[in-house]
Amino acid sequence: MTDQTPSGTLPGDLPARPPRRLGRRGTVQLVMLALLLVLPVAADLLGHPYYVTLASRLTLIAMAAVGLNLALGYGGMVSFGHAAYFGLGGYVAGIGAYHAFDATAFMGMFPGSDNLLVLWPIAMLACGLLALLIGAVSLRTSGVYFIMITLAFAQMVYYFANSWPTYGGQDGLPIYIRNQLPGLDTQDPLTFFLICFAGLVLAMALTSRLMGSRFGAALTMARLNDTRLATAGITPYPVRLVSFVISAMITGLAGALYADLNGFVSPSMLSWHMSGELMVIVILGGVGRLYGPLAGAVLYISMETLLGGLTEYWQLFLGLTLLGVVLFARHGVMGWLAGREPHG
Amino acid sequence: MAEAVLALEGLHKRFGALTATDDVSLTLRPGEIHALIGPNGAGKSTLIAQIAGSLRPDAGRILLGGEEITGLSVAARARRGLGRSFQVSSLAEPLPAIRNVMIGVQAQAGHSFRFWKPAERDPRLIEPALAALARMGLAHRAWTPVAELSHGERRALEVACALAMKPRALLLDEPMAGLGPEGSARLTELLESLRLEVPILLIEHDMQAVFRLAERISVLVAGRVIAHGDGDTIRRDPQVRDAYLGE
Repeated sequence: MTDQTPSGTLPGDLPARPPRRLGRRGTVQLVMLALLLVLPVAADLLGHPYYVTLASRLTLIAMAAVGLNLALGYGGMVSFGHAAYFGLGGYVAGIGAYHAFDATAFMGMFPGSDNLLVLWPIAMLACGLLALLIGAVSLRTSGVYFIMITLAFAQMVYYFANSWPTYGGQDGLPIYIRNQLPGLDTQDPLTFFLICFAGLVLAMALTSRLMGSRFGAALTMARLNDTRLATAGITPYPVRLVSFVISAMITGLAGALYADLNGFVSPSMLSWHMSGELMVIVILGGVGRLYGPLAGAVLYISMETLLGGLTEYWQLFLGLTLLGVVLFARHGVMGWLAGREPHG
Repeated sequence: MAEAVLALEGLHKRFGALTATDDVSLTLRPGEIHALIGPNGAGKSTLIAQIAGSLRPDAGRILLGGEEITGLSVAARARRGLGRSFQVSSLAEPLPAIRNVMIGVQAQAGHSFRFWKPAERDPRLIEPALAALARMGLAHRAWTPVAELSHGERRALEVACALAMKPRALLLDEPMAGLGPEGSARLTELLESLRLEVPILLIEHDMQAVFRLAERISVLVAGRVIAHGDGDTIRRDPQVRDAYLGE
């Protein structure tokens, strides 16, 4: 075994993995999370509940985008139908509350519930099953066909909700009393914000853990080069499908919380505008970056709040910003703030 | 004669009126390098696609270690021990070289639906991957992104990826493609050292490398194996001379 190392590398010289440091990226990320937590608490202390609710909205939109980012960013699956899961999650919260309020049963069988510990798992399960169905068909295609077929499925769900009068049809369904979490007062804006914040942090931690695992390595390879993945002996399809389902479950949980935040769920949560909004947020923030969805949501909600107060044409500026990001900052706001990702 | 590791039995493939593979049978025995040569358009790529699993033959069988794999997918064949490299490198460019190799180690261990434990620093993935890289003289480039590797290094990395899967047979599709004489000579030396570890079916244009490495050579022309034998037999075969000189 002496002639195999013509480059002069001896096994003893094998380099170890270079060490990881906090660096600029870590600092920026830490500051973002800290601000997101501290500002609403300060707003609450100063007696501005409006800003606490705004922060909750931002947090939930970011969480929904974290879900989409798993499919779109990390998995390279450009889903234009994630509103289906966002809305379905919302409807689970809405329908649960509706039946709990009326003391009736869903489809005459399942009693309603206003307990979030019941509603959240049901929302995630429902979204997971829907994504399994949609993904199993859609993932047989790729590229522009995948975009269109996910859109088509989401539109089917949208029109279904629109035409189901039991749950408000196109008028939507109000949630009169916010669903309950034992031991906490969910009506309190700050308490509810903290629940949302915990949800976002958990979703991001899950994404990070997932992408660092063997499954994440396979998903990354499915995105970058699925021929290499198959040649190595891993079939890309089930890897994609599983990540698509997890992605939908995260977005669905965000949707359930979002309906409770607004006290209302309507087909607009299922519309393709919503899917587009989530995509815009992911792209603005930085595709396939852990903090991208949060950065994108901050930018999106800031523009909506600040510019939306000045002009109803604020989306023109959103469009220009998106154009700028796509043309000049391919790694999104996070790429610009925190530098490039080490790899991938 | 030892039992063949890889055997093709009467493969046929037609595209409309064109017969791309016409009754091809050949075997790969343990410890040998078997070269497949032929002029452009002879149907080499079509044949490789059928062996690797991206194309189904119209008729015939493919056996790996005595088991039929004709109907299996690319990934299933890889799991059974068929490693391959591509004519045009197929690697994940932004990732470090070692991550491309680790995916093969991971696939072989069969643990791709583990969602929690960190993989990037797992010694059970890293050590075999580093060993495969070292085998191809690339250990010092392990953490370099593929995009920054030279062409020659990529060619060697492709082979390292296949080696990491602990294959029973290697299918190398023009590993010397685009290499200069020096790179070609170096890769030839590395492949020579693999011979006893894993038998290789080598598709190659570089005749110097073929004659140096291969015990047996099969010549494919217009989808048919027109000649078969050791280097000297092939060199003297009038049909082979015709096929190459007649171009």
